[in-house]
Amino acid sequence: MKQVTHIFKKEFRDYFVSPIAYIVISIFLVVTGWFFFSTFFLYDQATLRNFLSLLPLTFSFVVPAVTMRLFSEELSIGSYEVLLTMPVTPVDVILGKFFASVAFIAAMLLPTLCYPLTIIFIGQLDWGPVIGGYMGAVLLGGAFSAIGIFSSAITRNQIIAFIIGMAICFTMTLIDKMLFFFPASILSVINYLGADSHFKNISKGIIDSRDVLYFLSVMFVALYASRLAMQEKK
Amino acid sequence: MIHVENLTKYYHDFCAVDQISLDIRKGEIVGLLGPNGAGKTTTLRMLTGYFSPTAGDIRVKDLSIREDTLEIKKLIGYLPESAPLYHSMLVYDYLDYVASIRGLEKDRKLSRIRELSRLCGLSDIMHRTIGELSKGLKQRVGLAHALMNDPEILILDEPTSGLDPNQIVEIRKIIKQIGKEKTIILSTHILSEAEATCDRIVIINKGKIVADGSTNTIKHSASGENIIHISLVKADFKAVKDAIQMIDGIVSIEKDGSEEDEAVNIRVRYDGDTDLREQIYEAIKSTDWVVMDFHQETVTLENIFRELTKEN
Repeated sequence: MKQVTHIFKKEFRDYFVSPIAYIVISIFLVVTGWFFFSTFFLYDQATLRNFLSLLPLTFSFVVPAVTMRLFSEELSIGSYEVLLTMPVTPVDVILGKFFASVAFIAAMLLPTLCYPLTIIFIGQLDWGPVIGGYMGAVLLGGAFSAIGIFSSAITRNQIIAFIIGMAICFTMTLIDKMLFFFPASILSVINYLGADSHFKNISKGIIDSRDVLYFLSVMFVALYASRLAMQEKK
Repeated sequence: MIHVENLTKYYHDFCAVDQISLDIRKGEIVGLLGPNGAGKTTTLRMLTGYFSPTAGDIRVKDLSIREDTLEIKKLIGYLPESAPLYHSMLVYDYLDYVASIRGLEKDRKLSRIRELSRLCGLSDIMHRTIGELSKGLKQRVGLAHALMNDPEILILDEPTSGLDPNQIVEIRKIIKQIGKEKTIILSTHILSEAEATCDRIVIINKGKIVADGSTNTIKHSASGENIIHISLVKADFKAVKDAIQMIDGIVSIEKDGSEEDEAVNIRVRYDGDTDLREQIYEAIKSTDWVVMDFHQETVTLENIFRELTKEN
């Protein structure tokens, strides 16, 4: 566990040493801020629903960009070899990197707290959905991070890692909007696989164990797959 | 110290390392030689626990690489070829990170980094990004990385490849200095380097050990026969051949060089265990030929290496 902390610290610091962090955060804030406030006064409602409903879509682009370098870079410069000949296990490395990217996503969401703070001044804000929304956002970010880490573990090329990660996240976001393509017998399965509906439930302020379990299992499966992908390279 | 038994590694169906067995004692500097693709790096990677062997076992101080990988990793410092380090980190940050992963205490960290920066000559570059360092400097950072936990075993993969002659001398000096107390295994394809730094040489070809021993033993065992070059003026080949032929142990007498040469150049091969120089000289002395050259070919590691690793 100690090793996980060391790797976490290093990866988290790395984000802020390079310009990537600031670029990604700025783009994220500009995009979400624009979509949120451009319609906020038209709806005339004191909710964050507009901001939260777009989050799965924005995360599908932003999160893979955050995670794409985590393993690809190590593989392409060969530092993974150096890292693994020190007393750490591959699981330590994967968890350290995973927590670093989740922490980074949380840091990225932090400035958006000023949206609800602004709303307090002009209307009655229901805090339930806000708290649920942020919890859901972190869970969603975690699930997408795990997927991004997996796509980063299977290739040395960061751009390919980004595209694969984005494709998977995008599919997971949109799959429950394409239900009419699937036969009726597997509809419920497909519906359960979509990330959007689970996120929507949580962001309404309803913390259902099924939704939480969904995100946790996505994280577990993707991180386990990354472990297998890294194992395959030896 | 290190006991390698029937170590084998397959990449799909390509056999990179084929049943290598080795025993390395404490304090030895072992040089792993071999042509490109012979399996040196694969062997080293298995020793460090980065690759898992397909078959066979490595035991370090009664620990098996299969079960006690983490414990073994704590005993080993490793510098891979061309020191692949994080490009965006500062040298100090990197060493600090390595120190934490190696489990150094907080107050011990700084003093250890100081010691290493003195040993490897890093004091002036502590604040620079690793990515902008020259190859030699990167190699030194890599060496500091490998030495961080004061490991008992140091494994270096081509530590001097791509360095300029001055840097090579520097790195060798550091290796020699460290080697006084530690067991070092290094791979190289520069033969003079192995000869200069190693106590023991293991030559690998196509995943198999083809020679193992100190430089002298390898030279001795490889020289099945000795070769003497003689250059004589006022003589002809046939007469010389007749004069030397009767000596016991001579394997062959060949003419060397072109016909136009004024002198007759002869190459005499004889059994490796005896020294026939005296008898050959006696045979020549009784004639009126003039000896221009008379020397025995010295067996170099280069010759042996080429002999042992040539294609078929």
